[in-house]
Amino acid sequence: MLTIADTHFSSRLFVGTGKFASADIMRQAIEASGADMVTVALRRVDLDNPEDDIMSHLDRERFHFLPNTSGARTAEEAIRLARLARAATGTPWLKLEVTPDPRTLLPDPIDTLKATEILAQEGFIVLPYINADPILALRLQDAGAAAVMPLGAPIGTNLGIRTALQVEIIIEQARVPVVVDAGIGAPSHAARALEMGADAVLVNTAIAVAGDPVRMARAFRQAVESGRDAFEAGLGAASTVAHASSPETGIIGEDLGFLQEGA
Amino acid sequence: MQIICNGQRRDLAEDTTLAAMLAMLDLDPNTVVAEVNRKIIERDQYEDLRLRDGDRIELIRFVGGG
Repeated sequence: MLTIADTHFSSRLFVGTGKFASADIMRQAIEASGADMVTVALRRVDLDNPEDDIMSHLDRERFHFLPNTSGARTAEEAIRLARLARAATGTPWLKLEVTPDPRTLLPDPIDTLKATEILAQEGFIVLPYINADPILALRLQDAGAAAVMPLGAPIGTNLGIRTALQVEIIIEQARVPVVVDAGIGAPSHAARALEMGADAVLVNTAIAVAGDPVRMARAFRQAVESGRDAFEAGLGAASTVAHASSPETGIIGEDLGFLQEGA
Repeated sequence: MQIICNGQRRDLAEDTTLAAMLAMLDLDPNTVVAEVNRKIIERDQYEDLRLRDGDRIELIRFVGGG
């Protein structure tokens, strides 16, 4: 079972709540995903058009809210959002995001480390969103991060795990859980992350903008379960030469010799 | 008096409390977090906090996000 900061999670799929066509579809998709951790963002209330609060559509007894600091461009902005998030949720859980460049939304490693140090000191349970940098992952772990969230590809790109080698090194080295976040565009990408030994994945766009988000959520649930099963079962070693799966003796016609070469 | 709420100027009666302003805006105080002059205000202080001319208020809530 997945455990982060002494909290147990029955699912290794975390789901984001952005970009859904309606609150109802979001609720059904989260239900179908089996996720018990959901991410949320903080924004100014639109005073001319106050919509309902997303919290009212999700049962907080059942779902663990992981507020993010999306929109923060510096450590200072992220810390301000983190404190607001804690006031809003009443819990110290936080997905720390510091993304100074709106074009790539890639995370700033230096400000992410700086903010993690300060927020961990303040008692936050910090899950930093990072580029797939193994050294940074260790530095964050030492700074008090409860997990690390390396990206597979930039947010919302559906490109899959383009950072596979670095993610593998992070998984091999980290003592805290590794949650692959961003870029996961298909259930096969999620399965691959779990097969590699990632502790969980976070998926938003791929579910929310699918033709049928509820069915896609179910597909991701199955993929994550498959990937984890495969990891725990132990995948066979890769090889560049063939190893026959059928017996290599008793092949018909061997006495005639015509199957001897290259069979 | 005039305050700035979420970047917009608003006229309010003197001594309006934060709770009264939220009621005027038709916002449920349980779903909103308030910052006044960059200081987070705990919910149990909404009734007591009297806004002052020039206060800068941020009203924040959860939205969908990844």
